[in-house]
Amino acid sequence: MQVPAPFEYERATSVDHAIALMERLGSEARVVAGGHSLLPMMKLRLATPEYLIDINDLSAELEYIRIEGAEVRIGALTRHRQLLESDDLAAVLPIFRDAEKVIADPVVRNRGTLGGSLCQADPSEDLSAVCDAVGASCVIRNSSGDRVVSMHDFHRGPYETAVADGEMLTEIRIPLRPGSSSAYHKVERRAGDWAVASAGAAVTMDGDVIADGRVGLCAVGPNLTNVEPISAALRGQAPSEELYALVGQIAADNADPSTDTRGTAAYKTHLAKELTIRSLRKAVARATGQA
Amino acid sequence: MTITEPGVEENANAVPTPDNNLNDQKPTGFGRMLRKEDPRLVRGLGQFCDDVELPGMLHLAILRSPMAHARIVSIDKTAAEAHPKVKAVITGADLAAQNLAWMPTLSNDVQAVLATDKVRFQHQEVAFVVAEDRYSARDALELIDVEYEWIDPVIDVRKALDADAPIIRDDLEGKTNNHCFEWEAGDKDATDAVFADAAENGIIVTEDIVYPRVHPAPMETCGCVADVERVSGKLTLWSTTQAPHAHRTVYALVAGLPEHKIRIIAPDIGGGFGNKVPIYPGYVCAIVASLVIGKPVKWMEDRTENLVSTGFARDYIMRGEIAATKDGKIRAIRTNVLADHGAFNGTAAPVKYPAGFFGVFTGSYDIEAAHAHMDAVYTNKAPGGVAYACSFRITEAVYLIERMVDVLAYDLEMDPAELRLKNFIQPEQFPYMSKTGWLYDSGDYEPAMRKAMDMIGYDELRKEQADKRERGELMGIGIAFFTEAVGAGPRKDMDILGLGMADGCELRVHPTGKAVVRLSVKTQGQGHETTFAQIVAEEIGIPPEDIDVVHGDTDNTPFGLGTYGSRSTPVSGAAAALVARKVRDKAQIIASGMLEASVADIEYEAGTFRVKGDPEKSVTIQDIAMKAHGAGDLPEGLEGGLEAQICYNPENLTYPFGAYICVVDIDSGTAEVKVRRFVAVDDCGTQINPMIIEGQVHGGLTDGVGMALMEMISFDDEGNCLSGSLMDYLIPTAMEVPDWETGHTVTPSPHHPIGAKGIGESATVGSPPAVVNAVVDALKPYGIRHADMPLTPSRVWETMQGNHTPPI
Repeated sequence: MQVPAPFEYERATSVDHAIALMERLGSEARVVAGGHSLLPMMKLRLATPEYLIDINDLSAELEYIRIEGAEVRIGALTRHRQLLESDDLAAVLPIFRDAEKVIADPVVRNRGTLGGSLCQADPSEDLSAVCDAVGASCVIRNSSGDRVVSMHDFHRGPYETAVADGEMLTEIRIPLRPGSSSAYHKVERRAGDWAVASAGAAVTMDGDVIADGRVGLCAVGPNLTNVEPISAALRGQAPSEELYALVGQIAADNADPSTDTRGTAAYKTHLAKELTIRSLRKAVARATGQA
Repeated sequence: MTITEPGVEENANAVPTPDNNLNDQKPTGFGRMLRKEDPRLVRGLGQFCDDVELPGMLHLAILRSPMAHARIVSIDKTAAEAHPKVKAVITGADLAAQNLAWMPTLSNDVQAVLATDKVRFQHQEVAFVVAEDRYSARDALELIDVEYEWIDPVIDVRKALDADAPIIRDDLEGKTNNHCFEWEAGDKDATDAVFADAAENGIIVTEDIVYPRVHPAPMETCGCVADVERVSGKLTLWSTTQAPHAHRTVYALVAGLPEHKIRIIAPDIGGGFGNKVPIYPGYVCAIVASLVIGKPVKWMEDRTENLVSTGFARDYIMRGEIAATKDGKIRAIRTNVLADHGAFNGTAAPVKYPAGFFGVFTGSYDIEAAHAHMDAVYTNKAPGGVAYACSFRITEAVYLIERMVDVLAYDLEMDPAELRLKNFIQPEQFPYMSKTGWLYDSGDYEPAMRKAMDMIGYDELRKEQADKRERGELMGIGIAFFTEAVGAGPRKDMDILGLGMADGCELRVHPTGKAVVRLSVKTQGQGHETTFAQIVAEEIGIPPEDIDVVHGDTDNTPFGLGTYGSRSTPVSGAAAALVARKVRDKAQIIASGMLEASVADIEYEAGTFRVKGDPEKSVTIQDIAMKAHGAGDLPEGLEGGLEAQICYNPENLTYPFGAYICVVDIDSGTAEVKVRRFVAVDDCGTQINPMIIEGQVHGGLTDGVGMALMEMISFDDEGNCLSGSLMDYLIPTAMEVPDWETGHTVTPSPHHPIGAKGIGESATVGSPPAVVNAVVDALKPYGIRHADMPLTPSRVWETMQGNHTPPI
């Protein structure tokens, strides 16, 4: 059995309580929710926080999926399983169900949370690409109140986010626009593995043309949760296989993967293209009622 | 899922088997029944090593080397010793003072218990801490300060014999290179002559084939609890061992403890697959700690330690060659192998077989000549070479020949099924002496092959494949036909560290007709508590549920070499049948007295003894058991009681075989491989419990898909192991495997008392070539003749681009 280094532990009774604890304890304190990234790192002693603040009792404040008018609000403590199983969410943002089907395994999905995934900011982590593709913003709370940042500003790089000491991510907000849909494709060596590469796409159609399109890539290099040149190439274009191939190539050109045991850089670059094409094709088909 | 087997005729040589179609019957002998151990195991009430808790028990943690090759300059343990909960900190120097720093391996090499001079692989054992709890023991490891001096490691096995390669085993006197051993089999001259002829008149195919390093990765890691009683000095060791008796003897030799003062208890074991055959430094450390401190000491590996330091398997780089006629008659096979044995030769195999049973690489085919040559080398990697569900290197041998036959089929543009059928050893040729000296006991290959082809619908699949290729879709059909040599083994040929590979067995029938059978072998999940009860039940008619199977405790079982290499049924299964017959013979004499008839006039059937021609006069085995222990006289010269013991020395190995066919689909855009179907037809001779056999086959097939598609222990250039967690070392899940379709034929072993052959490793041996052959077959439109495991999406895609490179 792998055993972590010594740490102190407290269960927060409210979000305010959790934030007060974090303010007091500073940078040696970490929030634990599902624990499916943090606890393995602690057991391997790759992470040695001195204090753990457990927020699993804060379901009433932080665990929800609300579709209100032109916006979806998801609490940071919402479990993967809830994202997978929510028919309401799948109806407006099918990319979440696509992604959740291939995130880890049921045991992890029962406990792991949306907020935990985003705050971990692992470059191979699926939900950052998903949230950026659908133009999400993040609500960060500290003792003086809430602030809202875009995914772009939230994600500072591998394992780095905009959440500072004494702060916590509380909610994700995703705008809904008519004529929109989304999709996610991932290649993994085995069910439950991290992505060899993956791509998420979201499009908003205006009649026969793409008014707005975004693609986020995973595991093929830093800062690709939204590939800006793809959005520029898609804007105002009619969907076609030629267009998909063009933006697939842009994805490949922007990818900067490294060779590791999951695959060669050449293969991952190929996947950036292939999976971008597949995600876009499906997102457009869904948005236009063809899927 | 119900498997329906198409109406194919059973093997003509087959003996009738009981009705195998119903589960949870209560057979008095062979047949399907639920496993007796499962009520305990499926409820989580098994008792594993880590469940052992003793009063005052301490915990041991091991400090491991961060480097693959480095001289130990100094070790400062003062800070660790000052930890308030630490009881002892022991280094290699401390062990050396007791002459315990080195221990023998199972292959007549030595291995460091704790490194003294230098470390020879990453994660090698350097020191250990004993503390009041496992958290403190682990914390204190970080307080030990070791200064290392870097030495260039030997990681690329192909460079291990280079003149300028650093010498890894400078502990061995006079060692001037990294050569471990050389091995040869077959007739080189005769083989070369056939190849020379084939070069003129036939065809020669050559391929370089890698079987990468993999790991058994049992769910339960290795560990033990050592308890040396302070007054008597007797050591009780609860240990994750597949071979408790062999371990006891080795500990006696290593630690100088008298053998009667050692008791090994192997409690429930959560998977072994050969990983729990060797003696690891951790066990010895725990024993030393208990001796020194006078308290029980527990050591349990964590997952990383298990993956990075304990016995690996395979790691063979093979060049295969076949000489054949142009119409596809295989004439000769030769191979040259470079074997990576890591830093110490820890191979678990009979002493005279340093390459295990790799000599069966001629497979299931009748050929004119064969030759193998092997160089084994040391590298700066973890030691091992265990019998990982491979019946001693047969996995490598079968992979080589079954891959090579497909290579030949590719070059001849022949159907691989037809090519195999054309070359099989024929039934009338058994017993068949192979060209490398293995006496195949029995076989009837074509019916098994035809049955597999019928079950999967071979011809229709080939038509579907042709249609798909027209459309640019990638579908492959892969065949493997294997023959194993299992059940080591005859003591004239086979021993491990001087211990002959015969197995004892004791059977005692209690007065009320219940019984206890005591075995030297040890289940790790294979269902021994059921199977061995059924073997005894079949012979003496006591129901299996009335027979207690005792195993895994050296104080309470007869001597024997343990469970690995599919040897339990071939060796101890024979012992159990024969000891039961011995008891039955005595029962028959007692019955003759009870029935007032001569012994020759008594006939036995299913637990009842009758007077011939007078069936009303009968007694049951239960009646006899009471008589044997009860009042009144027994027939003259007979002692009371109803028990017997024997030691069974097998006359030969058993040779199970099977025909496996796999169908895969490959996504041409992402190169992902999906195993669509898999048919496995196995012949393990007489079947004892078909449900357990199917379970063994299902597990092995899953294992094979893992090795073929995803598993590999890999290293970077500095010797850092990159596969230290189950996130990095992938084993397959239900998502990666199809619904298994199993069938069987029955060709009994002629020399085994009940005709049974081993089944434990058949599927692990046979499935990797079937999967790889299917993937390569799917890639035929790309002109691909070979690709190495593991066939990850990346490797398949690179192969499709013409960029196939070996994994090592």
